[in-house]
Amino acid sequence: MSRRPDERDGGSDSEVRLPMVPDVGAEGNASGDAPRNVDVSALRLVATLALAGGLAGLVIVLVYQWSQPRIEAHQARVLTEAIYEVLGGPERYETAFLVGDAFTVAPPATADTAALERVYVGFDEAGRPMGVAVAAAEPGFQDVIRLIFGFDPGSGEVVGMKVLESKETPGLGDKIGKDSAFVAEFSGVAVPLAGVKAGRASGTPNEVDMITGATISSRAVIDIINHRLEGLGAPIRQYWASGAVEAGRAASDEPVSVSVSGPRTGGVR
Amino acid sequence: MNVTTPQQDLLRGVWKENPVLVQLLGLCPALAVTNTVANAIAMGLATFFVLLGSSILVSLLKNVIPSEVRISAYILIIATFVTMADMILAAVVPDIHKALGAFIALIVVNCIILGRQEAFASKRSVGRAILDAVGTGAGFIVALLMMGGFREVLGNGSFLGHALFGPGFEPWIIMILPPGGFFTLGFILLAFGWWKDRGVVSVKPRRWPHGVTVQTRIPDPVGDVAAASGARGAR
Repeated sequence: MSRRPDERDGGSDSEVRLPMVPDVGAEGNASGDAPRNVDVSALRLVATLALAGGLAGLVIVLVYQWSQPRIEAHQARVLTEAIYEVLGGPERYETAFLVGDAFTVAPPATADTAALERVYVGFDEAGRPMGVAVAAAEPGFQDVIRLIFGFDPGSGEVVGMKVLESKETPGLGDKIGKDSAFVAEFSGVAVPLAGVKAGRASGTPNEVDMITGATISSRAVIDIINHRLEGLGAPIRQYWASGAVEAGRAASDEPVSVSVSGPRTGGVR
Repeated sequence: MNVTTPQQDLLRGVWKENPVLVQLLGLCPALAVTNTVANAIAMGLATFFVLLGSSILVSLLKNVIPSEVRISAYILIIATFVTMADMILAAVVPDIHKALGAFIALIVVNCIILGRQEAFASKRSVGRAILDAVGTGAGFIVALLMMGGFREVLGNGSFLGHALFGPGFEPWIIMILPPGGFFTLGFILLAFGWWKDRGVVSVKPRRWPHGVTVQTRIPDPVGDVAAASGARGAR
Protein backbone atom coordinates (compact mmCIF):
# COMPACT_ATOMS: atom_id res chain seq x y z
CA MET A 1 0.00 0.00 0.00
CA SER A 2 1.43 3.33 -0.91
CA ARG A 3 1.51 6.19 1.52
CA ARG A 4 1.41 9.88 1.10
CA PRO A 5 4.76 11.59 1.14
CA ASP A 6 3.82 13.82 4.05
CA GLU A 7 3.14 10.81 6.22
CA ARG A 8 6.70 9.63 6.19
CA ASP A 9 8.10 12.30 8.46
CA GLY A 10 7.55 10.26 11.56
CA GLY A 11 9.02 7.07 10.17
CA SER A 12 11.70 5.27 12.11
CA ASP A 13 15.20 4.53 10.96
CA SER A 14 14.55 0.85 10.63
CA GLU A 15 11.35 1.16 8.67
CA VAL A 16 11.44 -0.46 5.27
CA ARG A 17 9.74 1.48 2.52
CA LEU A 18 8.25 -0.50 -0.29
CA PRO A 19 8.46 0.82 -3.80
CA MET A 20 5.40 2.79 -4.70
CA VAL A 21 3.11 0.85 -6.98
CA PRO A 22 0.28 2.78 -8.62
CA ASP A 23 -3.09 1.39 -7.68
CA VAL A 24 -4.81 -0.45 -10.48
CA GLY A 25 -7.50 1.66 -12.04
CA ALA A 26 -6.58 4.75 -10.13
CA GLU A 27 -5.71 6.70 -13.23
CA GLY A 28 -8.82 5.97 -15.22
CA ASN A 29 -11.36 6.11 -12.41
CA ALA A 30 -14.69 5.79 -14.17
CA SER A 31 -16.73 7.15 -11.30
CA GLY A 32 -14.81 10.41 -11.38
CA ASP A 33 -14.00 10.31 -7.67
CA ALA A 34 -10.64 11.75 -6.78
CA PRO A 35 -8.50 8.64 -6.34
CA ARG A 36 -7.31 8.70 -2.75
CA ASN A 37 -4.31 6.48 -3.15
CA VAL A 38 -2.65 8.14 -6.10
CA ASP A 39 0.39 9.72 -4.52
CA VAL A 40 1.54 12.46 -6.82
CA SER A 41 0.88 13.07 -10.47
CA ALA A 42 3.61 12.21 -12.92
CA LEU A 43 3.68 15.84 -13.96
CA ARG A 44 4.61 16.91 -10.46
CA LEU A 45 7.40 14.34 -10.30
CA VAL A 46 8.84 15.54 -13.57
CA ALA A 47 8.38 19.17 -12.60
CA THR A 48 10.13 18.66 -9.26
CA LEU A 49 13.14 16.99 -10.79
CA ALA A 50 13.29 19.49 -13.66
CA LEU A 51 13.21 22.41 -11.24
CA ALA A 52 15.83 20.80 -9.03
CA GLY A 53 18.00 20.06 -12.04
CA GLY A 54 17.70 23.63 -13.25
CA LEU A 55 18.64 25.04 -9.85
CA ALA A 56 21.56 22.62 -9.56
CA GLY A 57 22.78 23.67 -12.98
CA LEU A 58 22.57 27.32 -12.05
CA VAL A 59 24.58 26.79 -8.87
CA ILE A 60 27.22 24.79 -10.72
CA VAL A 61 27.56 27.47 -13.40
CA LEU A 62 28.08 30.13 -10.73
CA VAL A 63 30.77 28.10 -8.96
CA TYR A 64 32.38 27.27 -12.31
CA GLN A 65 32.61 30.94 -13.22
CA TRP A 66 34.22 31.68 -9.89
CA SER A 67 36.69 28.82 -9.95
CA GLN A 68 37.70 28.60 -13.63
CA PRO A 69 39.85 31.77 -13.76
CA ARG A 70 41.66 30.59 -10.63
CA ILE A 71 42.26 27.13 -12.06
CA GLU A 72 43.58 28.58 -15.33
CA ALA A 73 45.76 31.07 -13.47
CA HIS A 74 47.24 28.22 -11.47
CA GLN A 75 47.94 26.15 -14.59
CA ALA A 76 49.57 29.14 -16.24
CA ARG A 77 51.70 29.73 -13.14
CA VAL A 78 52.80 26.08 -13.05
CA LEU A 79 53.69 26.23 -16.75
CA THR A 80 55.61 29.46 -16.38
CA GLU A 81 57.58 28.12 -13.43
CA ALA A 82 58.35 24.94 -15.36
CA ILE A 83 59.55 26.85 -18.44
CA TYR A 84 61.65 29.06 -16.18
CA GLU A 85 63.19 25.99 -14.55
CA VAL A 86 64.01 23.92 -17.63
CA LEU A 87 65.52 26.84 -19.56
CA GLY A 88 67.72 27.97 -16.69
CA GLY A 89 65.94 31.18 -15.77
CA PRO A 90 64.97 33.13 -18.88
CA GLU A 91 63.91 36.75 -18.51
CA ARG A 92 60.77 36.14 -20.52
CA TYR A 93 59.41 33.63 -23.02
CA GLU A 94 57.10 33.61 -26.00
CA THR A 95 54.98 30.90 -27.52
CA ALA A 96 55.69 29.71 -31.06
CA PHE A 97 53.02 27.68 -32.84
CA LEU A 98 53.61 25.03 -35.47
CA VAL A 99 51.61 26.11 -38.52
CA GLY A 100 52.05 23.70 -41.39
CA ASP A 101 55.63 22.56 -40.86
CA ALA A 102 57.15 25.79 -39.61
CA PHE A 103 57.00 27.58 -36.27
CA THR A 104 55.67 31.10 -36.02
CA VAL A 105 54.88 33.40 -33.12
CA ALA A 106 51.99 34.92 -35.09
CA PRO A 107 49.68 32.15 -36.30
CA PRO A 108 47.00 33.16 -38.82
CA ALA A 109 43.87 34.48 -37.16
CA THR A 110 41.84 31.64 -38.64
CA ALA A 111 43.91 28.98 -36.87
CA ASP A 112 42.71 27.48 -33.61
CA THR A 113 45.78 28.06 -31.47
CA ALA A 114 44.57 25.64 -28.81
CA ALA A 115 44.90 22.78 -31.32
CA LEU A 116 48.37 23.71 -32.60
CA GLU A 117 51.64 22.19 -31.47
CA ARG A 118 53.67 24.77 -29.62
CA VAL A 119 57.05 25.42 -28.06
CA TYR A 120 58.11 28.18 -25.69
CA VAL A 121 61.15 30.22 -26.67
CA GLY A 122 63.03 31.71 -23.71
CA PHE A 123 65.08 34.91 -23.85
CA ASP A 124 67.73 36.15 -21.44
CA GLU A 125 68.01 39.71 -20.11
CA ALA A 126 69.88 40.91 -23.21
CA GLY A 127 67.10 39.53 -25.40
CA ARG A 128 69.15 36.64 -26.73
CA PRO A 129 67.24 33.38 -27.21
CA MET A 130 68.32 30.78 -24.64
CA GLY A 131 66.47 27.73 -25.90
CA VAL A 132 63.03 26.29 -26.37
CA ALA A 133 60.87 24.54 -23.80
CA VAL A 134 58.81 21.67 -25.16
CA ALA A 135 55.99 19.87 -23.36
CA ALA A 136 55.49 16.16 -23.99
CA ALA A 137 53.42 13.29 -22.65
CA GLU A 138 53.59 9.53 -23.13
CA PRO A 139 52.72 6.46 -21.08
CA GLY A 140 55.16 5.57 -18.34
CA PHE A 141 55.01 2.60 -15.99
CA GLN A 142 51.63 3.36 -14.37
CA ASP A 143 50.03 6.15 -16.34
CA VAL A 144 50.86 8.94 -18.73
CA ILE A 145 53.90 10.97 -17.70
CA ARG A 146 53.64 14.64 -18.62
CA LEU A 147 56.86 16.57 -18.62
CA ILE A 148 58.49 19.64 -20.09
CA PHE A 149 62.10 19.87 -21.21
CA GLY A 150 64.40 22.61 -22.36
CA PHE A 151 66.25 22.17 -25.65
CA ASP A 152 69.03 24.34 -27.01
CA PRO A 153 68.93 23.94 -30.82
CA GLY A 154 72.24 25.80 -31.11
CA SER A 155 74.27 23.21 -29.19
CA GLY A 156 71.81 20.36 -29.76
CA GLU A 157 71.55 19.67 -26.06
CA VAL A 158 68.73 19.08 -23.65
CA VAL A 159 69.27 21.70 -20.95
CA GLY A 160 66.62 20.77 -18.37
CA MET A 161 63.70 18.49 -17.59
CA LYS A 162 60.79 18.75 -15.20
CA VAL A 163 58.03 16.20 -14.62
CA LEU A 164 54.68 17.98 -14.59
CA GLU A 165 52.46 15.02 -13.80
CA SER A 166 53.05 11.36 -13.14
CA LYS A 167 51.44 8.55 -11.19
CA GLU A 168 54.57 6.39 -11.02
CA THR A 169 55.06 4.08 -8.05
CA PRO A 170 55.69 6.12 -4.88
CA GLY A 171 59.23 5.64 -3.64
CA LEU A 172 60.45 4.03 -6.88
CA GLY A 173 59.16 5.40 -10.17
CA ASP A 174 58.25 8.79 -8.77
CA LYS A 175 61.96 9.48 -8.33
CA ILE A 176 61.93 10.63 -11.98
CA GLY A 177 60.54 13.89 -10.62
CA LYS A 178 61.96 13.87 -7.09
CA ASP A 179 65.50 12.52 -7.44
CA SER A 180 67.57 15.65 -7.96
CA ALA A 181 70.53 13.65 -9.27
CA PHE A 182 68.39 12.14 -12.01
CA VAL A 183 66.80 15.47 -12.91
CA ALA A 184 70.28 17.03 -13.03
CA GLU A 185 71.31 14.40 -15.61
CA PHE A 186 69.18 16.29 -18.13
CA SER A 187 71.13 19.53 -18.03
CA GLY A 188 73.57 19.64 -20.91
CA VAL A 189 73.16 16.25 -22.52
CA ALA A 190 73.34 15.72 -26.26
CA VAL A 191 70.42 14.31 -28.23
CA PRO A 192 69.34 11.69 -28.94
CA LEU A 193 69.51 10.68 -25.29
CA ALA A 194 70.70 7.21 -24.35
CA GLY A 195 69.86 5.73 -20.97
CA VAL A 196 72.61 3.80 -19.20
CA LYS A 197 72.48 1.92 -15.93
CA ALA A 198 74.06 3.75 -13.04
CA GLY A 199 77.82 3.24 -12.93
CA ARG A 200 78.11 2.02 -16.50
CA ALA A 201 78.55 5.40 -18.15
CA SER A 202 81.27 5.43 -20.81
CA GLY A 203 81.56 9.19 -20.99
CA THR A 204 79.79 9.90 -24.27
CA PRO A 205 77.89 13.21 -24.13
CA ASN A 206 74.41 11.77 -24.69
CA GLU A 207 74.33 9.39 -21.72
CA VAL A 208 71.75 9.68 -18.95
CA ASP A 209 72.22 7.61 -15.79
CA MET A 210 68.98 5.83 -15.05
CA ILE A 211 67.57 5.34 -11.56
CA THR A 212 68.24 1.96 -9.99
CA GLY A 213 64.87 0.32 -9.34
CA ALA A 214 63.03 2.66 -11.67
CA THR A 215 64.46 1.61 -15.01
CA ILE A 216 61.13 1.59 -16.84
CA SER A 217 60.12 5.05 -15.61
CA SER A 218 63.62 6.42 -16.33
CA ARG A 219 63.60 4.99 -19.82
CA ALA A 220 60.09 6.35 -20.39
CA VAL A 221 61.32 9.88 -19.63
CA ILE A 222 64.24 9.47 -22.03
CA ASP A 223 62.02 8.02 -24.76
CA ILE A 224 59.43 10.78 -24.35
CA ILE A 225 62.09 13.41 -24.99
CA ASN A 226 63.63 11.50 -27.90
CA HIS A 227 60.26 10.87 -29.56
CA ARG A 228 59.23 14.48 -29.17
CA LEU A 229 62.46 15.71 -30.72
CA GLU A 230 62.12 13.21 -33.58
CA GLY A 231 58.85 14.93 -34.44
CA LEU A 232 59.62 18.54 -33.61
CA GLY A 233 63.41 18.69 -33.75
CA ALA A 234 63.64 19.55 -37.44
CA PRO A 235 61.14 22.45 -37.43
CA ILE A 236 62.63 23.75 -34.17
CA ARG A 237 66.17 23.81 -35.66
CA GLN A 238 64.81 25.35 -38.84
CA TYR A 239 62.99 28.03 -36.85
CA TRP A 240 66.09 28.66 -34.78
CA ALA A 241 68.39 28.91 -37.82
CA SER A 242 66.01 31.05 -39.88
CA GLY A 243 66.48 34.06 -37.66
CA ALA A 244 62.78 34.14 -36.90
CA VAL A 245 63.65 33.88 -33.23
CA GLU A 246 65.63 37.09 -33.48
CA ALA A 247 62.72 38.68 -35.30
CA GLY A 248 60.46 37.58 -32.46
CA ARG A 249 62.76 39.43 -30.09
CA ALA A 250 62.21 42.67 -31.97
CA ALA A 251 58.48 42.21 -31.56
CA SER A 252 58.82 41.71 -27.83
CA ASP A 253 56.13 44.25 -27.00
CA GLU A 254 53.50 42.27 -28.79
CA PRO A 255 50.99 40.44 -26.65
CA VAL A 256 52.29 37.00 -27.67
CA SER A 257 55.39 37.57 -25.59
CA VAL A 258 55.03 36.70 -21.98
CA SER A 259 57.05 38.00 -19.09
CA VAL A 260 58.00 35.36 -16.58
CA SER A 261 56.80 37.48 -13.71
CA GLY A 262 53.39 38.08 -15.26
CA PRO A 263 52.02 34.81 -16.61
CA ARG A 264 49.48 34.97 -19.36
CA THR A 265 49.19 31.86 -21.43
CA GLY A 266 47.14 28.77 -22.08
CA GLY A 267 47.51 25.46 -20.31
CA VAL A 268 50.17 22.88 -21.01
CA ARG A 269 49.17 20.45 -23.69
CA MET B 1 10.83 4.98 16.43
CA ASN B 2 14.15 5.40 18.15
CA VAL B 3 14.03 8.53 20.24
CA THR B 4 17.39 10.22 20.39
CA THR B 5 18.59 13.34 22.15
CA PRO B 6 20.38 16.09 20.24
CA GLN B 7 23.63 15.13 21.98
CA GLN B 8 23.25 11.57 20.76
CA ASP B 9 22.55 12.78 17.23
CA LEU B 10 25.76 14.77 17.31
CA LEU B 11 28.09 12.39 19.10
CA ARG B 12 27.17 8.90 18.00
CA GLY B 13 28.56 9.37 14.48
CA VAL B 14 31.93 10.48 15.84
CA TRP B 15 32.78 7.34 17.74
CA LYS B 16 30.08 4.83 18.72
CA GLU B 17 28.62 4.62 15.22
CA ASN B 18 31.67 5.83 13.36
CA PRO B 19 30.81 5.48 9.67
CA VAL B 20 34.10 3.83 8.74
CA LEU B 21 35.29 2.08 11.90
CA VAL B 22 31.92 0.71 13.07
CA GLN B 23 29.50 0.83 10.16
CA LEU B 24 32.22 -0.02 7.63
CA LEU B 25 30.81 2.44 5.10
CA GLY B 26 32.79 4.66 2.75
CA LEU B 27 35.73 2.24 2.68
CA CYS B 28 36.67 3.12 -0.89
CA PRO B 29 37.91 6.65 -0.12
CA ALA B 30 39.19 5.47 3.26
CA LEU B 31 41.50 3.01 1.52
CA ALA B 32 42.33 5.00 -1.58
CA VAL B 33 43.29 8.50 -0.52
CA THR B 34 44.71 8.06 2.99
CA ASN B 35 48.34 7.68 1.92
CA THR B 36 49.13 11.11 3.35
CA VAL B 37 47.60 13.15 6.16
CA ALA B 38 47.00 16.14 3.86
CA ASN B 39 45.01 14.00 1.43
CA ALA B 40 43.02 12.49 4.29
CA ILE B 41 42.15 15.94 5.65
CA ALA B 42 41.12 17.27 2.24
CA MET B 43 38.99 14.21 1.50
CA GLY B 44 37.42 14.36 4.96
CA LEU B 45 36.61 18.06 4.68
CA ALA B 46 35.15 17.66 1.18
CA THR B 47 32.93 14.82 2.35
CA PHE B 48 31.98 16.80 5.46
CA PHE B 49 30.95 19.77 3.31
CA VAL B 50 28.87 17.60 0.97
CA LEU B 51 27.23 15.73 3.83
CA LEU B 52 26.35 18.89 5.74
CA GLY B 53 25.03 20.75 2.70
CA SER B 54 22.99 17.80 1.47
CA SER B 55 21.53 17.08 4.92
CA ILE B 56 20.39 20.69 5.35
CA LEU B 57 18.77 20.81 1.90
CA VAL B 58 17.16 17.39 2.16
CA SER B 59 15.76 18.21 5.57
CA LEU B 60 14.43 21.56 4.36
CA LEU B 61 12.86 20.03 1.27
CA LYS B 62 11.53 16.84 2.84
CA ASN B 63 7.92 17.89 2.37
CA VAL B 64 8.48 19.23 -1.13
CA ILE B 65 10.22 16.25 -2.69
CA PRO B 66 7.70 13.59 -3.70
CA SER B 67 8.51 10.25 -2.17
CA GLU B 68 8.66 8.49 -5.54
CA VAL B 69 11.58 10.56 -6.80
CA ARG B 70 13.32 11.16 -3.49
CA ILE B 71 16.42 9.10 -4.29
CA SER B 72 16.85 10.88 -7.63
CA ALA B 73 16.40 14.21 -5.90
CA TYR B 74 18.92 13.30 -3.15
CA ILE B 75 21.47 12.21 -5.75
CA LEU B 76 20.92 15.46 -7.63
CA ILE B 77 21.48 17.50 -4.47
CA ILE B 78 24.54 15.47 -3.48
CA ALA B 79 26.00 15.64 -6.99
CA THR B 80 25.62 19.41 -7.01
CA PHE B 81 27.52 19.77 -3.75
CA VAL B 82 30.20 17.35 -4.94
CA THR B 83 30.70 19.31 -8.16
CA MET B 84 31.01 22.49 -6.13
CA ALA B 85 33.54 20.87 -3.79
CA ASP B 86 35.49 19.55 -6.79
CA MET B 87 35.76 22.97 -8.42
CA ILE B 88 36.52 24.79 -5.16
CA LEU B 89 39.32 22.35 -4.29
CA ALA B 90 40.75 22.68 -7.81
CA ALA B 91 40.78 26.45 -7.45
CA VAL B 92 42.03 26.71 -3.86
CA VAL B 93 44.35 23.72 -3.33
CA PRO B 94 45.26 22.48 -6.83
CA ASP B 95 48.00 20.11 -5.68
CA ILE B 96 45.74 18.25 -3.27
CA HIS B 97 42.98 18.20 -5.88
CA LYS B 98 45.40 16.53 -8.27
CA ALA B 99 46.42 13.97 -5.66
CA LEU B 100 42.81 13.07 -4.86
CA GLY B 101 42.01 12.65 -8.55
CA ALA B 102 38.70 10.97 -9.30
CA PHE B 103 37.89 10.31 -5.66
CA ILE B 104 36.38 13.75 -5.17
CA ALA B 105 33.84 13.08 -7.91
CA LEU B 106 33.18 9.66 -6.38
CA ILE B 107 31.88 11.25 -3.16
CA VAL B 108 28.56 11.23 -5.05
CA VAL B 109 28.31 7.49 -4.56
CA ASN B 110 29.65 7.47 -1.00
CA CYS B 111 27.00 5.46 0.81
CA ILE B 112 27.55 7.40 4.04
CA ILE B 113 26.00 10.48 2.48
CA LEU B 114 23.01 8.92 0.75
CA GLY B 115 22.49 6.72 3.81
CA ARG B 116 22.25 9.68 6.18
CA GLN B 117 19.78 11.44 3.84
CA GLU B 118 17.49 8.43 3.54
CA ALA B 119 17.77 7.27 7.15
CA PHE B 120 17.88 10.58 8.98
CA ALA B 121 17.77 13.96 7.24
CA SER B 122 14.63 13.19 5.24
CA LYS B 123 12.68 12.58 8.46
CA ARG B 124 14.02 15.03 10.98
CA SER B 125 14.13 18.76 11.59
CA VAL B 126 16.89 20.84 10.07
CA GLY B 127 18.62 21.28 13.43
CA ARG B 128 18.80 17.55 14.08
CA ALA B 129 19.93 16.92 10.50
CA ILE B 130 22.78 19.41 10.97
CA LEU B 131 23.84 17.74 14.24
CA ASP B 132 23.78 14.32 12.63
CA ALA B 133 25.72 15.49 9.56
CA VAL B 134 28.35 17.25 11.69
CA GLY B 135 28.78 14.16 13.88
CA THR B 136 28.96 11.70 11.00
CA GLY B 137 31.24 13.95 8.97
CA ALA B 138 33.54 14.41 11.96
CA GLY B 139 33.61 10.65 12.45
CA PHE B 140 34.65 10.19 8.83
CA ILE B 141 37.43 12.75 9.27
CA VAL B 142 38.59 11.02 12.48
CA ALA B 143 38.76 7.66 10.71
CA LEU B 144 40.61 9.06 7.67
CA LEU B 145 43.05 10.91 9.92
CA MET B 146 43.83 7.74 11.88
CA MET B 147 44.56 5.90 8.65
CA GLY B 148 46.40 8.80 7.00
CA GLY B 149 48.59 9.39 10.06
CA PHE B 150 49.46 5.72 10.43
CA ARG B 151 50.30 5.32 6.75
CA GLU B 152 52.25 8.54 6.26
CA VAL B 153 54.37 8.08 9.39
CA LEU B 154 55.30 4.51 8.52
CA GLY B 155 55.37 4.79 4.75
CA ASN B 156 57.04 8.15 4.32
CA GLY B 157 58.53 8.91 7.74
CA SER B 158 56.67 12.21 7.91
CA PHE B 159 53.50 13.80 9.27
CA LEU B 160 51.80 16.46 7.15
CA GLY B 161 54.97 16.60 5.08
CA HIS B 162 57.30 17.28 8.04
CA ALA B 163 59.98 14.63 8.36
CA LEU B 164 59.81 12.94 11.76
CA PHE B 165 62.86 10.74 11.69
CA GLY B 166 66.44 11.27 10.69
CA PRO B 167 67.89 10.34 7.32
CA GLY B 168 68.58 6.84 8.67
CA PHE B 169 64.86 5.99 8.50
CA GLU B 170 64.01 3.64 5.67
CA PRO B 171 60.38 4.36 4.65
CA TRP B 172 58.07 1.39 4.72
CA ILE B 173 56.88 2.10 1.19
CA ILE B 174 54.18 -0.55 1.09
CA MET B 175 52.21 1.45 3.66
CA ILE B 176 51.53 4.24 1.16
CA LEU B 177 50.75 1.77 -1.61
CA PRO B 178 47.27 0.21 -1.87
CA PRO B 179 48.13 -2.91 0.20
CA GLY B 180 49.13 -0.62 3.06
CA GLY B 181 45.60 0.76 3.08
CA PHE B 182 44.19 -2.72 3.66
CA PHE B 183 46.79 -3.51 6.32
CA THR B 184 46.09 -0.27 8.12
CA LEU B 185 42.32 -0.65 7.99
CA GLY B 186 42.64 -4.24 9.22
CA PHE B 187 44.81 -3.28 12.18
CA ILE B 188 42.60 -0.33 13.12
CA LEU B 189 39.43 -2.45 12.95
CA LEU B 190 41.18 -5.11 15.03
CA ALA B 191 42.11 -2.54 17.66
CA PHE B 192 38.62 -1.07 17.56
CA GLY B 193 37.00 -4.48 17.96
CA TRP B 194 39.30 -5.30 20.85
CA TRP B 195 38.45 -1.97 22.50
CA LYS B 196 34.72 -2.57 22.10
CA ASP B 197 34.91 -6.09 23.50
CA ARG B 198 37.27 -5.35 26.37
CA GLY B 199 34.39 -5.80 28.83
CA VAL B 200 33.69 -9.35 27.68
CA VAL B 201 35.79 -11.87 29.53
CA SER B 202 35.91 -15.53 28.63
CA VAL B 203 36.22 -17.84 31.60
CA LYS B 204 37.04 -21.49 31.18
CA PRO B 205 37.00 -23.25 34.57
CA ARG B 206 39.31 -26.21 34.92
CA ARG B 207 36.87 -28.85 36.10
CA TRP B 208 34.11 -28.23 33.55
CA PRO B 209 33.67 -30.53 30.56
CA HIS B 210 36.04 -29.80 27.76
CA GLY B 211 34.95 -26.97 25.47
CA VAL B 212 32.41 -25.32 27.74
CA THR B 213 32.90 -21.59 27.84
CA VAL B 214 31.20 -19.17 30.18
CA GLN B 215 30.99 -15.55 29.19
CA THR B 216 30.66 -12.97 31.87
CA ARG B 217 29.71 -9.48 30.96
CA ILE B 218 31.31 -6.74 32.98
CA PRO B 219 29.42 -3.42 32.73
CA ASP B 220 31.06 -1.08 30.26
CA PRO B 221 31.75 2.29 31.89
CA VAL B 222 31.85 4.20 28.61
CA GLY B 223 28.61 2.85 27.21
CA ASP B 224 27.58 -0.33 25.62
CA VAL B 225 28.85 0.25 22.14
CA ALA B 226 27.82 -3.06 20.73
CA ALA B 227 24.21 -2.84 21.82
CA ALA B 228 23.74 0.83 21.10
CA SER B 229 25.13 0.83 17.63
CA GLY B 230 23.07 -1.99 16.23
CA ALA B 231 24.96 -1.44 13.03
CA ARG B 232 26.79 -4.75 13.06
CA GLY B 233 23.75 -6.82 13.98
CA ALA B 234 23.20 -8.98 17.04
CA ARG B 235 26.23 -9.78 19.09
